[in-house]
Amino acid sequence: MPPPAPQPNVRVVTLTIDGKDFSARADETVIELCRENKIPIPSLCYMDGLSIWGACRLCLVEIVGQGRLVAACSTRVAEGMNILTNTERLQRYRRTIVELLFAERNHVCSVCVSNGHCELQWLAQKCGVDHVRVPYRQVRNEVDSSHETFRLDHNRCILCTRCVRVCDEIEGAHTWDVMGRGSDCRVITDLARPWGESETCTGCGKCVQVCPTGALVKQGTSAGEMVKDQHFLPILARRRHAQ
Amino acid sequence: MTTPATPRITVATAWLDGCSGCHMSFLDMDERLVDLAQKIDVVYSPLVDAKELPEQVDVGILEGSISSESDLHHAQEFRKHCKLLISLGDCAVNGNVPAMRNPFKLADVIDRAYRENVDVQPQMPTVGVPVLFQQVRPIHGCVNVDVFVPGCPPRADAIFYVLNELIEGRTPDPSQVTRFGA
Repeated sequence: MPPPAPQPNVRVVTLTIDGKDFSARADETVIELCRENKIPIPSLCYMDGLSIWGACRLCLVEIVGQGRLVAACSTRVAEGMNILTNTERLQRYRRTIVELLFAERNHVCSVCVSNGHCELQWLAQKCGVDHVRVPYRQVRNEVDSSHETFRLDHNRCILCTRCVRVCDEIEGAHTWDVMGRGSDCRVITDLARPWGESETCTGCGKCVQVCPTGALVKQGTSAGEMVKDQHFLPILARRRHAQ
Repeated sequence: MTTPATPRITVATAWLDGCSGCHMSFLDMDERLVDLAQKIDVVYSPLVDAKELPEQVDVGILEGSISSESDLHHAQEFRKHCKLLISLGDCAVNGNVPAMRNPFKLADVIDRAYRENVDVQPQMPTVGVPVLFQQVRPIHGCVNVDVFVPGCPPRADAIFYVLNELIEGRTPDPSQVTRFGA
């Protein structure tokens, strides 16, 4: 499905990305423009169709003349911007971010139901993460299997909050939320009650499909079997916004 | 038979806390092993009969993570005697399945394995087995590693790529051919 037709009153700006000239609608974000033009920008929390979160920091880009790096997902394009998307500095930061994600919880790819279909695993390979230089935290995290159809494994959660946003913004149930701070941070269902006892969950499974890792999966899948289908999201998101 | 123009590269391998799957994947290179054998000499390995690690080895390949005194000793010996050290497979690279015991207390893990789930004569083996560490570590958690080849196991193609790049004098980029869990 094509994106919505441009509004006549939106200004067009011209800018440079990695030395090439582009024009864009002034209300677009840098990541949207890059995705349209097949310029690869890694990201985990960003998802077309959901609100912007800006938490994973993987989509950081450099703007020439500005010392501070900016997140491509939460930065609007501007006239004359000169953006660099793949400098050595960015590669180094992205690599470190991915390593920290792996070190924080227990992502054991070889025995994960999402092995081979995981965005974190794929990004690690793309960013050249062939090992993790920091020590692993080695903390045991809970697994909630109380839901009859789905399972939540906190060991594999990267706190991208896609589940929280899709449940609130698309399904309209707002079963998911985030609890705690720092290393105690967790996604929760209802008021931190077991998922299976949730009174708000409709069982639609949208959270499972948008989850980039093996944190939210279908019950009964074994290693490598959990393939996610995210086609519903852009369609539903456009219909929502069109209303 | 002609003698090779350059001396063969010496290779040593060992498996620490791993399942030997990475060594099986090495053997899975099939007929390419014949070509490889013209270029490398496997001087120490579970796959050959040598009992001692030679003083100087070009390439050391370690499979498995470091879970015991014996594993640590092996890793240190390899580091000492090998010019280049490769972590082969997820256990060596990131701890993988052996490291899944880390969030638990070692005593609980031992109880689970040797007492709780055992029907006859539950007991902890103490003779002829190395003492386990509280924490399982990847190889680079104990000694410096030069090349990391993730995968569970890394495919034979990936192992061949890495060895071939090294033989040709290039620096391999294993992320092109393998990944965690591959």
